[in-house]
Amino acid sequence: MPEPVLRLEGLRKNFGSLVVTDDVTLDVMPGEMHAIIGPNGAGKTTLINQISGLIVPDEGRILFAGADVTALPPEARALRGLSRSFQISSILPGFAVLENVALAVQARDGSSLRFFGRAADEAALNAPAMAALEQAGIADRAHVRAGELSHGEKRALELAIALAMKPTVLLLDEPMAGIGREETELQVELLLRLKGQLTMILVEHDMAAVFALADRISVLIRGRVLITGMPDKVRADPQVVAAYLGEQIE
Amino acid sequence: MTGALLAAEGGVRALRPTRDVVLATLMFLVFALLPLFASLAAKQYLLDIGARMMVFAVAAVALDLLVGYAGLISFGHAAFVGLGAYAVGILSAHGIDDALISLPVAIAVSMLFAWLTGIVCLRTKGAYFIMITLAFGQMVYFIATSLAPYGGDNGLTVAARNTIAGWPLLKSDRAFYYFTLLCLLATYLFCRVLVVSRFGRVLRGTKENATRMATIGFDTRRFQLVAYVIAGGLGGFSGFLLANLTEFVSPAYMSWQQSGELIVMVILGGVGTLDGAIIGSAAYLIAEEWLSGFTENWKVIFGPILVLVVLFARGGLIGLASRLWRRSGHA
Amino acid sequence: MSGTLFLVQVLNGLQLGVLLFLIAAGLTLVFGVMDFINLAHGVQYMLGAYLAVAFYGIVGNFLAALVLALLAALGFGLLLEFLVFRHLYERDHLDQVIATFGIILFLNHAVRVIWGAAPLTLPVPEFFTGTVVLMDGQLYPVWRLVIIASGVVIAAGLYGLVSFTRIGMLVRAGATNARMVSALGVNIERLFMVVFGFGTMLAAFAGIMIAPIISVEPGMGDNILILAFVVIVIGGIGSIRGAFVAALLIGLVDTLGRSFSIDILRLIMGPSPARMVGPAIASMLIYVLMAIVLYIRPAGLFPTRGG
Repeated sequence: MPEPVLRLEGLRKNFGSLVVTDDVTLDVMPGEMHAIIGPNGAGKTTLINQISGLIVPDEGRILFAGADVTALPPEARALRGLSRSFQISSILPGFAVLENVALAVQARDGSSLRFFGRAADEAALNAPAMAALEQAGIADRAHVRAGELSHGEKRALELAIALAMKPTVLLLDEPMAGIGREETELQVELLLRLKGQLTMILVEHDMAAVFALADRISVLIRGRVLITGMPDKVRADPQVVAAYLGEQIE
Repeated sequence: MTGALLAAEGGVRALRPTRDVVLATLMFLVFALLPLFASLAAKQYLLDIGARMMVFAVAAVALDLLVGYAGLISFGHAAFVGLGAYAVGILSAHGIDDALISLPVAIAVSMLFAWLTGIVCLRTKGAYFIMITLAFGQMVYFIATSLAPYGGDNGLTVAARNTIAGWPLLKSDRAFYYFTLLCLLATYLFCRVLVVSRFGRVLRGTKENATRMATIGFDTRRFQLVAYVIAGGLGGFSGFLLANLTEFVSPAYMSWQQSGELIVMVILGGVGTLDGAIIGSAAYLIAEEWLSGFTENWKVIFGPILVLVVLFARGGLIGLASRLWRRSGHA
Repeated sequence: MSGTLFLVQVLNGLQLGVLLFLIAAGLTLVFGVMDFINLAHGVQYMLGAYLAVAFYGIVGNFLAALVLALLAALGFGLLLEFLVFRHLYERDHLDQVIATFGIILFLNHAVRVIWGAAPLTLPVPEFFTGTVVLMDGQLYPVWRLVIIASGVVIAAGLYGLVSFTRIGMLVRAGATNARMVSALGVNIERLFMVVFGFGTMLAAFAGIMIAPIISVEPGMGDNILILAFVVIVIGGIGSIRGAFVAALLIGLVDTLGRSFSIDILRLIMGPSPARMVGPAIASMLIYVLMAIVLYIRPAGLFPTRGG
């Protein structure tokens, strides 16, 4: 029985008197695509923020590859192989697209306390960055100022940055948010290609994408995990249908 | 194509590389030729003003590193200048006046102070950061005023300019002027190289989106602290030059008004350009010279000018020049 | 170190604390609600003092001068808001710092041009001249007690206003999330003006009250401004309660520190080094305090913005 690559134990987070994460226990197995779904306000983004380290849980533990990372800051988790994309594109708009990704490569390529030499010219950083851009499908935009990208291209850049970190676990926070049908299909294809190469946690509202991609699904309602299981089982579960999927009929 | 050139300087209101080199070369050429002009026009005081411009420019360039590239608005930068100056003054008062000792001490003291206070300051963000740097600057100021054996409020006269390895090479004003020019050039080149290095890129990225940089894997606070210490050291360097220029050290060198003036110099020239810091220092001192010819209370005029610059002349003098250049038909 | 001397210094510390509170309250509100760094707050304190002196010269009555000066200061403050500050709310902190710094330069020297550089005085109002006897025949000026009392009254009033009235609730909400308040349909510009006006009057009031005790001169607002900043940083930006606690704390620590540093140091070192090091340590005290507080709680003691 393989060990989970990511384990959440009894996570709890309150904002004032509002309980946002309510005793969440979850296992993510290596190589799987694990989707987390739930209605708006279920606490999905807060959960992702706790996993990546931007929010500190009030109670509970987070174990990554067996090690307790609950107290580690985001940069430490990133260096251990935990990478994430943001729901609202979080890129460096003033930098070129290539540099955005090259920085992600740089974080792993030895010391950044180097005061000499033009970083933008380093082939050792640019080559892997280019490769990540190709994977994400926006290699042709490499030298454009990132702030000038279209919304869909920015989502692709988000993904490229995340991939360039050579992660063990990739957190995808609503990658399909706000992009059209065609681009969604491209993203789904890309993620299908990545399946098996790394572990992915996908937070999404787009049910078609979720069911096309997920190996297992966890349903989050009001901060609690209602059920975790294979897509067909989750789909058919009456509690889930009642609480959530019922609203999602398209 | 132009997009790529501009993008390479990520997130910063940078000039295109060739134009930047031209501007920098011009600036330093003007400074280099000033003494010649001064003696031809028989206006020796220009030498003093020029030297002052360059001394403050060293501090301003360091401050631009913090403000314009690292996004750290430090309102206590004068403290480093003052510490450097006092290092020279105090050592001199005890008979040690060789630059080979005074300079490293000046830089070391300011770097130490930057490190100790930086650890605390960088735990805060935004406005808290501004105010805590302001307060630490005040702290140093008050310590200086209470140093009775070193002049306290009135300051301390330095017996003579520092010697270099025993030789009084800086005694002549002209020699000191060129020495200062070299120091400014070195500082400028160092900062230019720094901002495009790996380290500089992390700083600029952090200014743009700190959360993103953290989730990529950078301990942003550590990099900011290093930047803060470097800027502090350069501030101390400026203080060393200041003490030698005026042969006097005073708590006024580290007052918060002085910190404010340094920020003004950076803004006036154009924040985030490095050249702007030098231009701004020159512009500020020129304004001071010119306006105080009208009235002793020249700041009554300068204050509103400052407000107008903030409201209407974004990007300072360089920004203004850029816009005029573009408007006159050049791309 | 006698008990009465200690009591005197405690009272002095409270008086300084109360003064700092009056200045810091306006500063922290403007900051909390409008996210606006107003370095020019110190010159508004100075302006209050100068206006009081000017009006006193005309009407010869302290109370009248107080009222007139408050109104004039408010008027001037609102003028500044309309001409300059209003355009800076959306700008970044750097721009705000520079612009308000420019206003400090302008006012510090304008005051010099109008009234000259020599320090001016304002007499203590007739009714409150004289001293009161504390213990052991130690005398203490009545006016200082008046300052303390007025500060406490205003603090209570302000707290009540902010906690129990509708406008107070809007201010508190604005301090936590101004955009939300605006989105809920509140006329945010008017709210800003009210907050700003209030802050200006508090600062001017502080300047007027302190004028009889210290010399009114250009730049008198500068150092107290920095102290006010330390207060709001320690107290937590946007928090009246924080400003009050921090102001009293700073007032006491600074005053007691300055008075007794040499004595306390004499316990560990000889009298001569104590006399040398004492004043330096005393002036450092509040900054060390600030550093410690911010190290433990980077958002101050009573932070208002979400966690």
